[in-house]
Amino acid sequence: MTETRIERHHYDVVVIGAGGAGLRAAIEARLAGKKTAIISKSLFGKAHTVMAEGGAAAAMGNVNSRDNWQVHFRDTMRGGKFLNNFRMAELHAKESPQRIWELETYGALFDRTKDGKISQRNFGGHEYPRLAHVGDRTGLELIRTLQQKIVSLQQEDKREFGSYDARIRVFSETTITELLLDGDRVAGAFGYYRESGEFILFEAPAVVLATGGVGRSYKVTSNSWEYTGDGHALALRAGATLINMEFLQFHPTGMVWPPSVKGILVTESVRGDGGVLKNSDGKRFMFDYVPDVFRKQYAETEEEADRWYTDPDNNRRPPELLPRDEVARAINSEVKAGRGTPAGGVYLDIASRKSAEEIQRRLPSMYHQFKELADVDITKEPMEVGPTCHYVMGGVEVDPDSGAAAGSVRGLFAAGEVSGGMHGSNRLGGNSLSDLLVFGKRAGGHAATYTDQLGARPAVSVAAVEAAVETALAPLQRDTGESPYQLQQDLQAVMGDLVGIIRREGELADALGRLAELRERVAKVSAVGGRRYNPGWHLALDLRNMLVVSECTAKAALERQESRGGHTREDYPAMDPKWRQVNLVCALDGDTVRLTHKPLPAMRPELIGLFDRAELAKYLTDEELAEFDALTEQER
Amino acid sequence: MGTKRQFRIWRGDETGGDLQDYTVEVNEGEVVLDVIHRLQATEVPDLACRWNCKAGKCGSCSMEINGKPRLGCMTRMSTFEEAETVTVTPLRTFPVIRDLVTDVSFNYEKARETPAFAPPADVAPGDYRMQQVDVERSQEFRKCIECFLCQNVCHVIRDHDENKPAFSGPRFFIRAAELDMHPLDARTDRKEYAQSEMGLGFCNITKCCTEVCPEHIKITDNGIIPMKERVVDRRYDPLVWLGNKIFRRGQVPQTSVTSGHSSGAVTAGAAHGGVHSHAGGSHDSGAERQAQQGVNWHREVPHPTAPAVDSTGKLPLTELTFDRAAAPSPFGDDVEFPLPAEHLNFAHPQQDEPKH
Repeated sequence: MTETRIERHHYDVVVIGAGGAGLRAAIEARLAGKKTAIISKSLFGKAHTVMAEGGAAAAMGNVNSRDNWQVHFRDTMRGGKFLNNFRMAELHAKESPQRIWELETYGALFDRTKDGKISQRNFGGHEYPRLAHVGDRTGLELIRTLQQKIVSLQQEDKREFGSYDARIRVFSETTITELLLDGDRVAGAFGYYRESGEFILFEAPAVVLATGGVGRSYKVTSNSWEYTGDGHALALRAGATLINMEFLQFHPTGMVWPPSVKGILVTESVRGDGGVLKNSDGKRFMFDYVPDVFRKQYAETEEEADRWYTDPDNNRRPPELLPRDEVARAINSEVKAGRGTPAGGVYLDIASRKSAEEIQRRLPSMYHQFKELADVDITKEPMEVGPTCHYVMGGVEVDPDSGAAAGSVRGLFAAGEVSGGMHGSNRLGGNSLSDLLVFGKRAGGHAATYTDQLGARPAVSVAAVEAAVETALAPLQRDTGESPYQLQQDLQAVMGDLVGIIRREGELADALGRLAELRERVAKVSAVGGRRYNPGWHLALDLRNMLVVSECTAKAALERQESRGGHTREDYPAMDPKWRQVNLVCALDGDTVRLTHKPLPAMRPELIGLFDRAELAKYLTDEELAEFDALTEQER
Repeated sequence: MGTKRQFRIWRGDETGGDLQDYTVEVNEGEVVLDVIHRLQATEVPDLACRWNCKAGKCGSCSMEINGKPRLGCMTRMSTFEEAETVTVTPLRTFPVIRDLVTDVSFNYEKARETPAFAPPADVAPGDYRMQQVDVERSQEFRKCIECFLCQNVCHVIRDHDENKPAFSGPRFFIRAAELDMHPLDARTDRKEYAQSEMGLGFCNITKCCTEVCPEHIKITDNGIIPMKERVVDRRYDPLVWLGNKIFRRGQVPQTSVTSGHSSGAVTAGAAHGGVHSHAGGSHDSGAERQAQQGVNWHREVPHPTAPAVDSTGKLPLTELTFDRAAAPSPFGDDVEFPLPAEHLNFAHPQQDEPKH
């Protein structure tokens, strides 16, 4: 093997990912006194978190004082169709308000209520106005605030130690390709600088994964190029497990026309602020799609729905505000029934319902975005929208309190979209931003604690580094293989067409076959050019991650014979209480994905007691209901 | 359905490079970044270009398109003639890494040098109270997506590397302005700092930064000018200078420019507008007078105004088309010095008190 230069660094905690969860984790690790590295695949501050528009859900009760963590917890479990890890949902509901308030001490400027508190807005699936927001650029505010907090910590370190990078350093445009182990313990991470193509090795006893999602495996997606499932794949290869991988959220309202904005989200707040969905006949069709479980909370007539915007206490909500999966399915049905727009979506109309000034004031960046990107004036014409791959509920199986990855590996933590369990089968809008903060902080803190408990630092083995170098250089050294762009397109076609929003057994089996073929081709991919900022090479290295994560999704989707949240099987259209008791767990066995069933942890009595029996009856098995009855009997 | 279009793209690295011609298919409704992606997927897989969201929200795909600093994802192909060759080059102000990717670390260094938000000492998390009207002015600047187009276009550093150490650039002037206008920021020397450490004085308000801002932040009018005005208030406002000539030195009390943070002013904006009420007088005018202790300007402090744009919505001004070599006067071209006495708006501090 020829000699390869590798830059070596020693850190206590390495955080992979510089979005909301990663930055929050890094802040916590640094506050705990650990020498912390942040690995950012893009430039610092460009992470996908900036795309979040709606807001961050936290039961602060600023707008409706009846809101509290119990109500938020209930909404989250309901939204996730009771498949959530209850403990994560509980921690999230309890801790989000503090995490949001903390951001204000970092300099965040949220929109305000009349009495000067943080304003909160309505959102699909949330019972009360709950989303702290800044116009429709909340994600940008969050990332910028955390970025600036990190800068302020670096300024403190500069004063104390003379260097900004003394205790927390950002490695921007750096990709990690491999985690390195010492036995079952994390020993470090290996990757490359995108700019120079030079290799870099981090020796660190604790790694926090915060790499986000997997959307780039889909044709129509709102996700950026970074979302190639890196963290999911790194975790699998290090011996950790993934859960809930069959659950992908297709945001119901992505733009489908024109192509310059295809996939881009139209935030739910358009509907929260009065926007309605219409089919090509001009019919407001959502009234036909209210499922029984939600019947009681949603309006039956347009008149009642319209009254709700001004008088939410005495009217039921408009069905446009149903959880995302319901809206996505409804749109899909309308389009399939031939009542869609020419581009295969439906109309989202706010232009005819609000004045131009009000739309511009409430949705400024949305207005500008579509005006400039696509020359579409949302104050004058309806938008053409349809489902777009948006979020993966599944991810690294973690301990709910610490974020430590389950499986055989120690020293590995995960937070944010890359972790699984918190959102169950479907995530509520607004819950992801608060998820990033709550579990980012927890993962960072517990990673720091873990390093304290460690006797000796795990050592990186030379052989593992050599293997990682070889794998990374392989695509450049081959000139016989296919183009990574072609392979990505083919992968996107398989996932989009066969493992998309509506799934069938035959198609899923077919997809697994095609993924196996793709695996052979990806193993032989070649990239032309050199190492210096070569996007073709970068994609070639990302492909194997996308592929293994896609295999997990396809396998789990084939296994789960029911429809729930972000997983819809045409051949099993109903929810099945038996399946609610099961998490599908993916692990890597050599090269192949192994799927196992694992029972869901049972909710604590005081938490299950927050729900009506009638509601639980829709989700629980008869035995579980009997237990619940016995429990309430005791209390009386 | 697509048409063939001509593209010229700069390719190379720090050792040099040149424009290369490509013929590429363009479909209806596409933007320049779509075309670059098509080139990567077909002809030139190693064409280096930054991008992330492809939705005008992350500010990654900054480039110069036909010489104008733009975001690739926000430049619609329909804005060009069908026969027009589209020339794409990397940002000129920053060193090239490869093709369209430049080394923008200058900006991250300047970000680290800009003092961070200083939280008020006695306010617990959750107790922050601010009025919408007071946070809105800072919120305008927090819309910044850090595309660095304003930094790229700023002529202070565009072809003057030697100015870079002393000059933070428009992006960080609005960061300073944002913190200065933050109702609860505990630091009181933001504008002095901007003047002495960030090189605010280099800026001579050509407004090129405002013109290229994809977020339409009024960088100059709402950020830089208010910061300058308030520094100028004390440092070298010609009116104060004149006042000092007319009155004996010391008789004119100096303006206390730094916003007077009353201690424990948690509800700063809510209680009274005394903290950040300089540009616009949108707050309690009594408090404003008090803050200005003595120098009773008696002038309507001008509201930040939108720049005069032409029919295309652009300023009728670029570095290249400007009709003179030097920068325009920060006071406007219609002002001559010394000012005629009747135009002065200086008033005696005690002039409002009843005469005996």
